[in-house]
Amino acid sequence: MSDRAPPLLTVRRLRVTFPGEQGDVVAVRDVSFTLGRQRVGIVGESGSGKSTTGRAIMGLVPKPGRITADEMRLGATDLRGLSERGFRRLRGRRIAMVLQDPKYALDPVMTVGRQIAETHRAHVGGGERAARQAALAMLEAVHIRDPERVFALYPHEVSGGMGQRVMIAMMLIAGPEVLIADEPTSALDATVQTQVLAVLDELVRGRGMGLLLISHNLHLVAGFCDRVLVMYAGRIVESCAAGQLHAATHPYTRGLLASLPDLHHRRTMLPQLQRDPAWAEP
Amino acid sequence: MSGATLRSWLLDPAPASRRQARLGRWYRSWRSLSRNGLAMAGLAIVLALVAIAIAAPLLADPAAATQQFLPARLQFFSRAHPFGTDELGRDIFARIVFGARITLTIVALVSVIVVPVGLGIGLPAGYFGGAVDAVLMRITDIFLAFPRLVLALAFAAALGPGIENAVVAIALTAWPPYARLARAETLTRRDAEFVQAAVLQGASHARILLSQIVPLCLSSVLIRLTLDMAGIIITAAGLGFLGLGTQPPAPEWGAMVASGRQVLLDQWWVATIPGAAIFITSVGFNLLGDGLRDVADSRAA
Amino acid sequence: MIRLDRVSVRFGSGARRFTAVADVSLDVAAGEAFGLVGESGSGKSTLLRAIAGLVGHAEGTVELAGTVMPRRRPRAARRLVQMVFQDPYGSLHPNQTVDQALAAPLRVQRLGDGERRIAAALHEVGLGAAHRFRFPHQLSGGQRQRVAIARALIVAPPILLLDEPTSALDVSVQAEILNLLTRLRQEHRLTLLMVSHDLAVIAHLCAHVGVMQQGRLVEQTTAAALAEGRVHHPHTRALLEATPGFTGTVAAD
Repeated sequence: MSDRAPPLLTVRRLRVTFPGEQGDVVAVRDVSFTLGRQRVGIVGESGSGKSTTGRAIMGLVPKPGRITADEMRLGATDLRGLSERGFRRLRGRRIAMVLQDPKYALDPVMTVGRQIAETHRAHVGGGERAARQAALAMLEAVHIRDPERVFALYPHEVSGGMGQRVMIAMMLIAGPEVLIADEPTSALDATVQTQVLAVLDELVRGRGMGLLLISHNLHLVAGFCDRVLVMYAGRIVESCAAGQLHAATHPYTRGLLASLPDLHHRRTMLPQLQRDPAWAEP
Repeated sequence: MSGATLRSWLLDPAPASRRQARLGRWYRSWRSLSRNGLAMAGLAIVLALVAIAIAAPLLADPAAATQQFLPARLQFFSRAHPFGTDELGRDIFARIVFGARITLTIVALVSVIVVPVGLGIGLPAGYFGGAVDAVLMRITDIFLAFPRLVLALAFAAALGPGIENAVVAIALTAWPPYARLARAETLTRRDAEFVQAAVLQGASHARILLSQIVPLCLSSVLIRLTLDMAGIIITAAGLGFLGLGTQPPAPEWGAMVASGRQVLLDQWWVATIPGAAIFITSVGFNLLGDGLRDVADSRAA
Repeated sequence: MIRLDRVSVRFGSGARRFTAVADVSLDVAAGEAFGLVGESGSGKSTLLRAIAGLVGHAEGTVELAGTVMPRRRPRAARRLVQMVFQDPYGSLHPNQTVDQALAAPLRVQRLGDGERRIAAALHEVGLGAAHRFRFPHQLSGGQRQRVAIARALIVAPPILLLDEPTSALDVSVQAEILNLLTRLRQEHRLTLLMVSHDLAVIAHLCAHVGVMQQGRLVEQTTAAALAEGRVHHPHTRALLEATPGFTGTVAAD
């Protein structure tokens, strides 16, 4: 962990509120963490606020959601109160996001190669030829065997795993400092999942980037990240080194781990999670 | 039961009976509709139209709507004739009030024909697919290929003038979009897992169509109908204008516009007042339809 | 209880003909829990639908409880097998209450005593009277899946098919549903056939496991053998190695 180097991303007391019919709904409560040149995982169940946290950092919380924070910085840039235009300048160039389903994130009527090249031109500049070269190099970097062929394919012509690698290529081509990956492999088969994660790992390490991996999958996060934040009801209830997840202390984390079926350790009944309202309190 | 307890009973997330569940659902839809100001304006117009049609004999003298009185022709607004009189000396206010009945009759009859025909063609086409779909949709395409007003005119001319024939002519030209809509809605639902679950239970095709698919298609069909109502009223007025709708001396709004046309420059109100009635009613149905669509969309989301 | 003899399912025709399930033969004894694993496109869900009688043009023989199923299944045969689907949002009609969802199969199958049966079915899946008149949008994902299970079991089928019943749920809810299925299976002596992409989930519920790849059943094994890594087919090995938490070594065969 790079404790001494200034963090790439600093979040202190982040709060996201959505006004609702029966009063405000607080989706994220006082979330604080820093991200250096490392891989941090956020795990939690649906409704835990993990995705909203990622969206808040990207400036993608839909209206009428409200974001407040004591501190939210990308390097030296203050993200609080940044305008949509300001965020647009950051997105892609300094911070990027990979979502679960590449099918919805890619333009269906443009070849994947052109989309990557366009992204390159928009952020890095340069001519069409340079963009094409960069896109091909990026496709190669995500281990696509025949970049020339894949360059000319339309999104519906690529498989799920390849689509997600194309997404990663597109997101990383402008060389952002931080990548947020929200359930990047959840729609993929297990064998493909490993390949995509390996690609992601190689690039993030090789380029010295910070990665925030958002997932519901405890095993995946534990096996892939350096540090894990466990979220429950909008709050971080536990933060530990990924290797120490099996020794987690919070009853919620322990309950989640225990409720997973285990191939090696078959039981008739799985222990069920008993939720404690106190977990939602600070 | 006080208002507050009734409200909480309706909004109870755990209803205790079938009735409470259904009423609660309606109430929730009503609440989201009532928050939409324009939709409520539309609803107010439509309700006012219905009220006027029902209370017509109380608002105006039935005789005044049809009785000619040539000495008092083409008079401007007055206490005796709030909207003036037409070229035959008939009270325009009374004619507007009784004309609401004719408009509503056309609207109701067209709906009663169009919805079942549209569903009857569209549902089997979407559900069974294949040859059934091909045959039913080609028939629909043939009807769609003609311009609507021209086809309605041809039917009205062939069937002879009169309100019933005008209704039939409009309905015959109005159903194809409903068949297409019902087919499209059915297509998106026929492979739904709740339909497969019904197949597994041994439910017949008829039961699946009626109990699973119709309730989901019906709301979009009814919304489409409300939005189309403006067009139906205007087509009916158009037929009346051309003398193919209701026959004189019945106070049909379109025919009234037609008769006021000759004196439009000097006695503008003769054509303008029924024109305004057609316009306001069309806008009312349109706003209501828009609001209903928003409610349905927010429920689907 | 379930006997499949050379079941195939093909879609399309001519050059675009695509074989989703190819010559699968399988035996599942009464009271057994059998799991089918495979990746997307392996044909596991299509096979399940063919057994359920949802694929009209399936080839081969499907025999349930000693009776060969005809192409068009009579209403009484529908009571032999019921299914729970993957998506608890899509498998319940959005405009119908839980009560309506449970009453429909009783009406179709002409089973009387609806009041008692509905209350009993709800109780059995851990729901109460408070849930009976709710619409699906007023229920959580886990509660919806419980309703789907109650709907399947209300006609008392001897065979229950499960298509990824927990993959759309959170892990804590998954544990609750798996425990419910374990209990119901014992109480009703159900024969289960479950499809999943998750080996750990399959091995938890099913002692016998079949591995599918590209429409074919490539290996039949047991949960115990999987846990020890005693597998033969390379695809089974690949699936096993990709299973999170798999630490052992896969025996080279």
